[in-house]
Amino acid sequence: MTQEELKNVEVAKSVDARGTACPGPLLEAKKAIGSIKAGDIMEILSADEGTKVDIPKWCGKQGHEYLGAVEENGYFKVYMKKK
Amino acid sequence: MEQESIEQISLMKKQLEELTNKVASLENSRKDQLSMAIVSGDMDKIMAAMIIALAASAMDTQVKLFFSFWALAALRDENKKGKGKDFISKMFGMMLPKSKNNLKLSNMNMAGMGPMMIKYLMRKKGVMSLDQMFKEAGELGIEITICEMSMDLMGFKKEEMISYPNLRYAGAGTFVNEGNESSMQLFI
Repeated sequence: MTQEELKNVEVAKSVDARGTACPGPLLEAKKAIGSIKAGDIMEILSADEGTKVDIPKWCGKQGHEYLGAVEENGYFKVYMKKK
Repeated sequence: MEQESIEQISLMKKQLEELTNKVASLENSRKDQLSMAIVSGDMDKIMAAMIIALAASAMDTQVKLFFSFWALAALRDENKKGKGKDFISKMFGMMLPKSKNNLKLSNMNMAGMGPMMIKYLMRKKGVMSLDQMFKEAGELGIEITICEMSMDLMGFKKEEMISYPNLRYAGAGTFVNEGNESSMQLFI
């Protein structure tokens, strides 16, 4: 997905993990994924750079689709679609 | 002739059985499981172990932690006391950290200044404290096994260990056996 598409995508759930460092955001994502349906999109807000690399790997292992990341001011949003 | 074919069939049956057993053991040997032997009692090393364990658990990998020797000090509860210790055990108990909250750093400990600074930085940067990490680990179903022999050697008692949902006591054989099934084995 392009940056523009990502910015306008409709998310079923937004996880704000900006207050936690590695591996906090990953744990928050794992906890939240159970509450959405297959095909739903979830965004994860994080200020931890490592998470940007970790989330695609997590998606790859669980079979979820990684859609991309958008840079914001001082943090970023990672988008993924549940399997 | 008939005798021969019966013998052949029974031979094939035997081979089939052997193969089935081999396949079963191969399937078991690559479980999506992390076995970690944690031996060091330094704050930084316990932290590294717990962060890896939590990350693995977030990835739905089964995690089994085996604590022994110096690492056992991190599992002590400062509010609990072991009874019936001999002189050396009492001395060990006094000299070793009373809980995961007063561990030393392996580098830059500076008589306790280092851990204080690290804890301050961790709070500031949103890194979980060891207390939080153990709480998360418990909720995620991460298993902790205490090495019975080294606990005995260090003079620690069961009653002074933390309350943790998946706490067990076992020997090195358990670690080796579970490590054999795991696709990942680490030693810290």
